[in-house]
Amino acid sequence: MNTLIVIAVILIVLSLVYQWGASTSRSVARSAGVKMHSRPVYYGLLLVLWCAIPAAVVYVLYSLFAPTIINSMILSYLPADVAGDPQARVSAMSRIQNLASGFGALGDVPDYERQAARALTSLRWTANLAIVALVAVVGVLGTLFARSRIGPEYRARNRVEWAIKALLITCSAIAILTTVGIVLSVLSEALRFFTFVNPIDFFFGTVWNPRFSSTGSGGQGDFGLLPLLWGTIMITIIAMLVAVPVGLMAAIYLSEYAGAKFRFISKPLLEVLAGIPTIVYGFFALVTVGPFFSGIGAALGLDVQATSAFTAGIVMGIMIIPFVSSLSDDIISQVPQTMRDGSYGLGATRSETIRKVILPAALPGIVGAFLLAVSRAVGETMIVVLAAGNSPVLTANPFEAVSTVTVTIVNQLTGDTDFASPQSLVAFALGLTLFVITLCLNVVAIYIVKKYREQYE
Amino acid sequence: MASTAETPALAGAPSPRSNRDVVEQNLARRHRNEAIFRFTGLGAILVGIALVGVLFGSILIKGVPAFTQATMTLEVDFDPEIINIPERPVLQASQSVAEYEQALLSWRRRLAFVNWNKVIQASLAKVLPAAADNARDAAGMIASGERIKLRDMVEADPSIVGTTQAVSLVAAANVDVWLKGNIDRTLPQHMQQLSKLQQEWSDELYQRGVISMAFSTALFTNVDSRSSPATAGLLGAIVGSVMMMLIVLVVAVPIGVMAAIYLEEFAPKNRLTDLIEVNINNLAAVPSIVFGLLGAAVFINFLGLPLSAPIVGGLVLSLMTLPTVIIASRASLRAVPPSIRQAALGVGASPMQAMFHHTLPLAVPGMLTGAIIGVAQALGETAPLLLIGMNAFVASVPSTPMEQSSALPVQIYLWQGNELRNFFEARTSAAIIVLLAVMITLNALAIFLRNRFERRW
Repeated sequence: MNTLIVIAVILIVLSLVYQWGASTSRSVARSAGVKMHSRPVYYGLLLVLWCAIPAAVVYVLYSLFAPTIINSMILSYLPADVAGDPQARVSAMSRIQNLASGFGALGDVPDYERQAARALTSLRWTANLAIVALVAVVGVLGTLFARSRIGPEYRARNRVEWAIKALLITCSAIAILTTVGIVLSVLSEALRFFTFVNPIDFFFGTVWNPRFSSTGSGGQGDFGLLPLLWGTIMITIIAMLVAVPVGLMAAIYLSEYAGAKFRFISKPLLEVLAGIPTIVYGFFALVTVGPFFSGIGAALGLDVQATSAFTAGIVMGIMIIPFVSSLSDDIISQVPQTMRDGSYGLGATRSETIRKVILPAALPGIVGAFLLAVSRAVGETMIVVLAAGNSPVLTANPFEAVSTVTVTIVNQLTGDTDFASPQSLVAFALGLTLFVITLCLNVVAIYIVKKYREQYE
Repeated sequence: MASTAETPALAGAPSPRSNRDVVEQNLARRHRNEAIFRFTGLGAILVGIALVGVLFGSILIKGVPAFTQATMTLEVDFDPEIINIPERPVLQASQSVAEYEQALLSWRRRLAFVNWNKVIQASLAKVLPAAADNARDAAGMIASGERIKLRDMVEADPSIVGTTQAVSLVAAANVDVWLKGNIDRTLPQHMQQLSKLQQEWSDELYQRGVISMAFSTALFTNVDSRSSPATAGLLGAIVGSVMMMLIVLVVAVPIGVMAAIYLEEFAPKNRLTDLIEVNINNLAAVPSIVFGLLGAAVFINFLGLPLSAPIVGGLVLSLMTLPTVIIASRASLRAVPPSIRQAALGVGASPMQAMFHHTLPLAVPGMLTGAIIGVAQALGETAPLLLIGMNAFVASVPSTPMEQSSALPVQIYLWQGNELRNFFEARTSAAIIVLLAVMITLNALAIFLRNRFERRW
């Protein structure tokens, strides 16, 4: 409620400032009998910027430093034995806070607490008053400064546009900052992990058995990446075996054979698959697909585990079908019509045209799409967490439970705030591996797709 | 007139007649291949659509029954003998708030220590006289969370003590499972979840209409519960998800749109812009779990934000959604014909004015669609949330984004792992239906907006 009033007051003040700027520019123009450089809007906006930005900077600085300063002033009221003991200090401080806010405290209240609370109340009053006054003064000074510069020659529009442009650039920089943030955070934590475990043991180890962090640093486990990487690769291969033929054929039919009506209906239906959250696929794999395959396996006399690389791979393939089909669809429809016409002119059938002319022409783009799909499959998490069985062993049998890089990241890091043990830090080393793999796939794929687009433009 | 076949110029070539034979011989095979190819394509699409059907079908078949739940309506005696509590304390003038809170707390504790099982047993005995002698079996019939419902009724209105009220109480999960046939009734007794007596009671009460399958309001009005699975609900998860979606809307959409405006209209074409471009395309393809690692390292470990809080989840999802929003916004800016911009520039508008007064308003519908699709995507994302501790068991509704909270997809993940499998499989499916319903609504809204407001040029 209070915040709403404050926001309302600020908005009202700013709109008054805006009005003042706009009307000043009009009256200056009238009295001087000339045209202003910019429209009144910009003088108003300029005043608003000059009023708001310096005041906001002051307020941000205040809220960054004020609590520490007030705290240290209150601390001086505590007797030495309380202030020296961290536990007693924290509880005393919170009692003082409660006393000061009028909530009260239970039990006997020592004199120094009462004094401190009184001091805190008055200090807060002064501080609040001071910051309101300061913000107001800065705002008024900024506004007056901007007002004093208004004249027919003053380029208000350019200044305002410069400010807007700065804002736009900041926003685009955030995208870069995200990547930098990912790289720095994952890399630094991964490097900390490598102080515990030799990188060679990590990248080329064939045994994954991290043990628990509570067993202490003496009984350190084995952190071999290969079983996890192999699980990821196996599931990705199975997923691609499902997604690429189905997705590619669907794309070919949609772009070459389907009538407008069929396309209009079936394309969105197929793309529903892309919008379903992966946790739903995971659940579907766990309770429907897994038992189904396991039942078929039992009928054939095979030992098929319900949660296995096969189950996870098939369901992941289903998830990726629309991804492959819509990317390939885009790419196939970019092949120029003249190439088709030439092929038909020579008497080729449609399927011959597609196989001999269109697909070879579209191949680079399709390879790009394929790589993007692989990167998708490698980074997919929830399906494998639920359906792959989480058993980090090196096995060539797809019907057995496996584990993947992403599953292990989740297992090692969930619910664990302890960033000091190799058991949780390994998640960052795995994340780094995952990021590098997908980065390479993405960059190559994006490059290929881009080159391909340019080829036919 | 001599036909070309008889001219000597072609004497060296194979006779045209035989050439035509070859073509005719092959024609049937080629047409057969054509048909096969075509039907494979059609088949691929039908397979994809059939998979959508299977997925939705299996979730619906499992989940829809969970929206109704075995519920019994009982005449509950709020017997003052059992509910022996003093008057609810009121704030006296001489008390500080802290003292009043303490008195209230001890009153609440008295209330919580009332033997609610006895109250329930007495009311059950009204319809089932045998329940009076079998306290254990009687308590096991009603979801244990319903004791809290009775307690809350008394807390809200202490005057009901001494009266009799008709209250509808959710039956225990095992009763629900038994009546819905989700457990094999022929299993030997030691493998059954209900005692012999409880099985008979359940069937009898169901036949007499005391237990009926009522709409499970608990699913929407309660928070998660471990001790009382039958009353575990989604309220906390829904509120958490809504908070995160709002954060995504407030953070990712404005930043994304402004970045798109800069990159599309104002950025100079140089290597830095190229780098940003590649970077954004790559970010869109980075696995979501890597964003979770970023969140764990930066927001939780470095900035010290609380674990499991919607604010952290919302920020992580915002960073993840940002590339989607940027790409969609750029596409819709690009779809506005350049002539509009050129016309504005031609009558003397600055590039900034042309953008904000003319191009941007025309691009808004497309941007809105992209934003909604991005938010829907963020809503279903699970993996990054697991890494920032959102898989913690939280039995409260967050009132601010800084408090612990669950989220819809994470709740699904937690429920699918519950040991009470034959009850939670249905409840998880019901939660998935809720999630999918929200996502489908969002996507339908996006499609509606696109069809309603998008202009074709």
